[in-house]
Amino acid sequence: MKHSLLYKRDFYAGGLMMLLGLFAALNGPRYTLGTLMHMGPGFMPTALGVLLTVLGIVIAGSAFTTKEGEGEEGILPEHPQWFAWGCILASPLAFILFGKVGGMIPGTFMCVFVAAIGDRDATWRSVVALSAVVTFFGVALFHYLLKIPMPVLKWDFL
Amino acid sequence: MIEQALAGLWYGFSVAFEPQNLMWCFVGVLVGNMVGVLPGMGPLATISILLPLTFGMKPVGAILMLAGVMYGAQYGGAICSILLNLPCHPPHAVTCLDGFPMTKQGRGGVALGLTVFSSFVGASWGITEMIFLSPILVKVALEFGPAEICSLMALGLLAGSTLARGSPVKGVCMTIVGLLLGSVGSDLETGQQRFTFGLAELDDGVELIALALGLFGIAEFMTSVNQTAAINTQYSNVRLRDMRPTKADVKRSIFPAIRGTLVGSLCSLIPGTGPTIASFVAYATEKKVSKTPEKFGTGMIEGVVCPETSTHSSVQGDFIPTMSLGIPGDAVMALLLGALIIQGIVPGPQLISQHPDIFWGLVASFWIGNILLVLLNVPLIGIWVKMLTIPYKYLYPSAMFFVCIGVYAANNDFFQVGEVVVIGIFGYVLLRLGFHPAPILLGFVLGPRFEENFRRAMLISRGDLATFVERPISAVFVALCVILIGAQIYVRLKGSKGDVYLPPEKALHPGAEQETAAQPAALSADATRVPH
Repeated sequence: MKHSLLYKRDFYAGGLMMLLGLFAALNGPRYTLGTLMHMGPGFMPTALGVLLTVLGIVIAGSAFTTKEGEGEEGILPEHPQWFAWGCILASPLAFILFGKVGGMIPGTFMCVFVAAIGDRDATWRSVVALSAVVTFFGVALFHYLLKIPMPVLKWDFL
Repeated sequence: MIEQALAGLWYGFSVAFEPQNLMWCFVGVLVGNMVGVLPGMGPLATISILLPLTFGMKPVGAILMLAGVMYGAQYGGAICSILLNLPCHPPHAVTCLDGFPMTKQGRGGVALGLTVFSSFVGASWGITEMIFLSPILVKVALEFGPAEICSLMALGLLAGSTLARGSPVKGVCMTIVGLLLGSVGSDLETGQQRFTFGLAELDDGVELIALALGLFGIAEFMTSVNQTAAINTQYSNVRLRDMRPTKADVKRSIFPAIRGTLVGSLCSLIPGTGPTIASFVAYATEKKVSKTPEKFGTGMIEGVVCPETSTHSSVQGDFIPTMSLGIPGDAVMALLLGALIIQGIVPGPQLISQHPDIFWGLVASFWIGNILLVLLNVPLIGIWVKMLTIPYKYLYPSAMFFVCIGVYAANNDFFQVGEVVVIGIFGYVLLRLGFHPAPILLGFVLGPRFEENFRRAMLISRGDLATFVERPISAVFVALCVILIGAQIYVRLKGSKGDVYLPPEKALHPGAEQETAAQPAALSADATRVPH
């Protein structure tokens, strides 16, 4: 198990780079390559894409030569935190949604709230308290002091 | 020459002492010191959050503040390392080795006190270096044509990606990804849309702030969430009077401070070797010079002073290529350069003559800022120590809000907030696959200028690639690139791993490992492997 994981990490790392490289190299020519003297907008992305693909192959290839026990980590950490990760990623989405619909106060509150419930020690009381405090100071700082153009409180559906 | 520099410095002080600039400098170092202390918040994330708030400010004030965050965080990071044994910020990982044992012996205050003063010494030397070296570099660089600029950038990118953390090949990959990300949006010459997927919001390219906050904010939070062990504060009761060193301590620190300064300034001259490498080289040097190398790791003041001094001297020195050539050495510098570009200031050798207020104001503010930091750190040490106890569960949700509002404020547009989520996922995947995303920022910021100059060089030489080796100065840079790659391959073939300078990844992630015994052992093993 450990053995196969260790090979996989660099395989995936190289594979990802190859994928990105191929994407750039194949899409670059669509933007006019031009000649070396008069380079078009597609030249640089194509060249970089080819280079990245080659390096991706090198990384994936180096997975073969890695000796057993040298790779120290798997792709996932020892204790994957799917819930917490979901919360962190959902927090900006909550900010967008509630910010668009309700303005800065609900946006901020939900943004902090969603992020905070991801922590394993979170209790409802602490999360609500934290969200309220951040909302209070956040709105004071960003709306009244720095005058970020975002309505404090409103009600409309997009 | 010297007179000119001193006249410039005098002018700089008049700029930096303007009440508004002085205030921004103070805000910068204060915030920097704060995030330096807080485990799990880095200067990169902080600067990116503050960046959109500087749009309405004058360029001088903005850059003074952002730079202040950067070197302020270096002071704060030392507190965290010495008192908690938490290497929150990579440059201070090595400080834990002897700093924490001193804390256990009840001498943590002394270690902190001497660190503050030796840091000031290191920083002062770095600033002096900047005053006298930058004008010389500029004189040379003003003669550069597109070919020279291009190969110099290539050298900077290559050094920045291969000498930093992790595998060099992966580092180069990250730089290329950064360059590609930099090409998103309208092409500079033809206006052709590249990689925009039909989204009008991407016409102006990927937002620098969204990129930085995704990679160094969200991806870092995902790494640290629920992974931080409870912080052990039983030793961190430090008061002002504990900080007074004995005469013997001071005597023991003088030479390590000088050596640290020299190591740091040397490291800052080599592109790509930032404060982290400087601190490791300094620790290894100190161990080698010492008459009692076996005592290192048990609380030797030399082992604290020397790396800290070198870190600070190198941090200030890193500004030299950034400000005088427009070529950043690491991700933080890339971000500061990005801030200048957003303010409409073109970085490069012409910066000092076109915007003397920025350059000399910055230099002068370094000194003011460092003095402020000494004043902040010595009497207020109790407050900083208290801040160490803020739990992560309050920290990261609040930071998420700052990330969101910061990205929103950049363009007053929710689209970029979505962008930051996508980049965050990408950044976390990269971290898990063993990539270090810092070089992405380097490539991203330099990308458009690199492409522009490459095209121009090709146009001048009529499509002849040989121009890069035919022009002598450019040839030197190309040769250095080749030597750099060759040395990496040589090191690889000799069997040792590519990242000889650096500690295992675990040690660099806050909270990932907090075993008092195991970690310093691993660190010192690595530190001694540094070649001379």
